[in-house]
Amino acid sequence: MPIAHEFDYLKPASLEDAVAVLAKRGEGAQVLAGGTDVVALLRDGAIAPEVVVDIKGIAGLADIRLAGERLFIGPLVTFTDLIESELIRESFPLFYEMAVKVASKGIRNRATVVGNICSAVPSCDAGPVVLVYDAQVLILGPEGERAVHIDEWFTGPKKTDLQSGELVVGLEMPSSAQACGGSYVKLGRYRGEDLAQASVAVLVSPDYEYRVAFGAVGPVPVRAKKLEAAIKGEEPTEEMFAVARKFIARETSPITDIRATAEYRTHMLEVMLERGIRAAVARLNGDGPEYGTRHI
Amino acid sequence: MKHSITLNVNGEEWDIDVAPNDTLLEVLRDRVGIKSPKVGCERGDCGACTVILDGRTVRSCLVLAVEADGCGVLTVEALSKDGPNELQQAFIDRNSFQCGFCAPGVVLTVSELLATNPKPTEDEVKEAIAGNLCRCTGYTPIVEAVMELVGKDEA
Repeated sequence: MPIAHEFDYLKPASLEDAVAVLAKRGEGAQVLAGGTDVVALLRDGAIAPEVVVDIKGIAGLADIRLAGERLFIGPLVTFTDLIESELIRESFPLFYEMAVKVASKGIRNRATVVGNICSAVPSCDAGPVVLVYDAQVLILGPEGERAVHIDEWFTGPKKTDLQSGELVVGLEMPSSAQACGGSYVKLGRYRGEDLAQASVAVLVSPDYEYRVAFGAVGPVPVRAKKLEAAIKGEEPTEEMFAVARKFIARETSPITDIRATAEYRTHMLEVMLERGIRAAVARLNGDGPEYGTRHI
Repeated sequence: MKHSITLNVNGEEWDIDVAPNDTLLEVLRDRVGIKSPKVGCERGDCGACTVILDGRTVRSCLVLAVEADGCGVLTVEALSKDGPNELQQAFIDRNSFQCGFCAPGVVLTVSELLATNPKPTEDEVKEAIAGNLCRCTGYTPIVEAVMELVGKDEA
């Protein structure tokens, strides 16, 4: 079925030009990066922009770089780019573990990490990982630059803090995460490409401070800060998991839909959280499973 | 508004006027006349429309033709200019496909895998083609053909 909706297509060569167009066209403009969501939404008629603004003509937006205390990921970085980056593999391997579980090769070659969090589907794979990496979303708009902490970014299903006329120009993460162990556990209906029924990201620092985030079990991917505080400083033991499990119901609000029941999601989160914490701690101590493994 | 784009399709230069809402898949099939990329789910799930765009497999149903301006596109037609290549012959020998609708996508996806990983494990082959749905075979003869091909030198 062809795309019925007609629109203009612009491919600005600079950030200034892109932001000028976005400011001028406001709600009528749709940014295009990898297009794996945008083109599907256009075909469905779920979005009907006057103009599609392709940012692939702007230099420097596909960078993954370590600058001082921050890791920068540009808005054109694809999941394949993450998988193939030595810097990611060696220093921020939780991104690698997440990226290999996204959809299929043909999608990963095109879909971007930033696009994933801009689409803001509750099950988005990048969500829980950027939450535990404590990311800042860097934004350029008519009023200049601003940064939004990832905790404030997701505002509802498919909704973010991005305002009309603004463009996400990258993600920044503290490089201190390099010293941590991490894990990403994704539950799907079958091996191979599927959206998450539930997902858990864990990051643990050398002094056993935990960061835990959940995906697909609420309207937005969410950090579980009460849970984190309750297990702070603890090594993984049965007692610690018993405490952690108690917080799952408080920190999540799963629904029953076509992919799973709420009860199943909650039950599986208990299993996934325990495995995620065990793997993250084992990796911190240098004897965990290789990054990229399924855990479940 | 029409856009004039240049596509290199299987080594041939094409200058085509496209509308912003034309997909690469539609332009390849209806304007260039290349029929191997198939119209399947049209939402990126099935992999039947797979083509290689600047060296990487993509879903041509999720790429606007205008986005591909200046890019190189490869389809299975390029692989079999002088008859089936080694990989295609391996699939033929194993009778790997029945209806053949998924075959072009599978051939291109496995070609991409073998270009960077000439000796994949069975799991790596399965992972690579996880996004190419085949409703006939249950995948067994497809995976077996690839494993037979990559194991050849050791025999």
